[in-house]
Amino acid sequence: MLKNWLKRISATDILMWGIGLIIILGVVWGSVATLSSGKYDSAAWQNLIVTGLTLGSIYALIAIGYTVVYGILRMINFAHSEIFSGGPLVAYYLARALNDNGFLAKQPIVGLVLVALFSMFISMSIAFLAERIAYRPLRKAPRLIPLITAIGVSFFLLYTYKGLFGSGIKDYPQLDILKGRTPFLGMDIQIVYIVILISAFVLLAILYSIVQFTKLGKAMRAVSEDKDTAALMGIDVDQIISATFMIGGALAGAGGFLYALMFHQVAFAMGFFPALKAFTSAVVGGIGNVVGAMIGAMFLGIIEAMGPNIFLDGLGVPAPNQLKDAIAFVLLVFILIFRPTGILGERLATKKA
Amino acid sequence: MAMLELENVHTYYGNIHALKGISMKVEKGEIVTLIGANGAGKTTTLRTITGILRPREGKVTLNGEDLSQFKAHEIVYKGVSMVPEGRGIFGRLTVSENLDMGAYSRKDKNFAPDLERIFNLFPRLKERRSQVAGTLSGGEQQMLAMARALMARPQLILMDEPSMGLAPVLVEAIFDTIVQINKEGTTVLLVEQNALMALSIASRGYVLQTGTIVLHDTAENLKKNEMVQKAYLGME
Repeated sequence: MLKNWLKRISATDILMWGIGLIIILGVVWGSVATLSSGKYDSAAWQNLIVTGLTLGSIYALIAIGYTVVYGILRMINFAHSEIFSGGPLVAYYLARALNDNGFLAKQPIVGLVLVALFSMFISMSIAFLAERIAYRPLRKAPRLIPLITAIGVSFFLLYTYKGLFGSGIKDYPQLDILKGRTPFLGMDIQIVYIVILISAFVLLAILYSIVQFTKLGKAMRAVSEDKDTAALMGIDVDQIISATFMIGGALAGAGGFLYALMFHQVAFAMGFFPALKAFTSAVVGGIGNVVGAMIGAMFLGIIEAMGPNIFLDGLGVPAPNQLKDAIAFVLLVFILIFRPTGILGERLATKKA
Repeated sequence: MAMLELENVHTYYGNIHALKGISMKVEKGEIVTLIGANGAGKTTTLRTITGILRPREGKVTLNGEDLSQFKAHEIVYKGVSMVPEGRGIFGRLTVSENLDMGAYSRKDKNFAPDLERIFNLFPRLKERRSQVAGTLSGGEQQMLAMARALMARPQLILMDEPSMGLAPVLVEAIFDTIVQINKEGTTVLLVEQNALMALSIASRGYVLQTGTIVLHDTAENLKKNEMVQKAYLGME
């Protein structure tokens, strides 16, 4: 028994577990050092957690697009980063116009909702067109081909944005009602974070109910399991795939708008990092799984916000906040090594069997 | 006019000539069986009828209407349902969600009488309606695949090897249900390797060999046919 077990373990496994152990020790050591030094008070921790959740909720909105498209086509839509940034980039002009004619100041809530819907609509249209023009003709091609096409679409969109919007950073109008802080659930939180968290949660809840309870959602799940059989039920597979891209696009557009709200600025290449992290979240949560993507995104958001302060600081790393992106991707590497199916991937596999 | 008619149908998989000019008819209210060995083209015939594959030559008509102009999902709306080979249930959906998918082509939302009928035919499914379909046993999955096809209220139901991989006692139950479904007014085209069972419930049968129909007769006569007895019924 033990002998067989020993036989199956290779030197690589031992090395990997060794590295894992060192990192875990480092994290524990650093966390203990930071916590015992008392450098941060509880308000600072609260701030970090709320920032993490806010970032995480934006990542979740983007990650849904990766995960539903993967679920249905087994394809990573690398153009999703540009689908995400397209919405806020175009909606910037609406926001600017509404701001200049004073509408945003008079009717801030209506104005924000308008800009958000416009951003969602633009991202949704880009996603729909990308699928219709670039991916659908390649539906029957080997899997690598749509993947490379997706990278092509991503570059095409990226440089189209650069040509149309210029390479500079544009400042989103800032609203007075979103400035400042307010007590919320016993904590003192920035208003804009509350707005982002609530809107993201509402959208994610809507998405979850669509996937779980509507005819469209059930058809999406049926198509993701077996396209031929789904067609035998009378499901128009192409239509469902289009709808999937559009839902993913709309959520990415909403995420893009909230991202602009959080950081007050947009740029043609703004999609790269948030989308890469959203992709990481989708993998961490178990790609193809909607709830997994949400959990993965929240997890990543919190790790990214708290990680530098809680364990890197304690280890005496200089300028720990510069390393927050590194933490996200180290996490990706570790998930891929130790749990390639992601957090919720296993349950999916047993359900399928 | 026959309900379903295939006229000189040729179907290809890439360059492989799978169906070499098949002609057959299914009349309203019949159970017709298509028997043949592995690779004879039985499943290909069904996939051609349902529009997943396209005939390169010849045509498939349903009540006189040429089906080649429709996509696979549109043919379902014409009243053709299929119980696919290997059941093809959606393993990650629950039993009732699978049934909902069966009714996808229906415009009305009044599924209650259909569900009642289905749970009468398959009481086991009622107990398991909220269970994830992938956790059902093989026999239960076959029942679900048949129930799902019935949810569309088809005029014609195509069954691809419903007995495959089931215990003999379950096979009998499944065939009893097929007779029951037929009595309730649905025409059945049954593809089977279990020729004996298939011929015992069918009125007519076609024998398929490497893409061509070599025999066509009433089920009674086919059972007595020497070639059929040797090749498909295991008699010497």
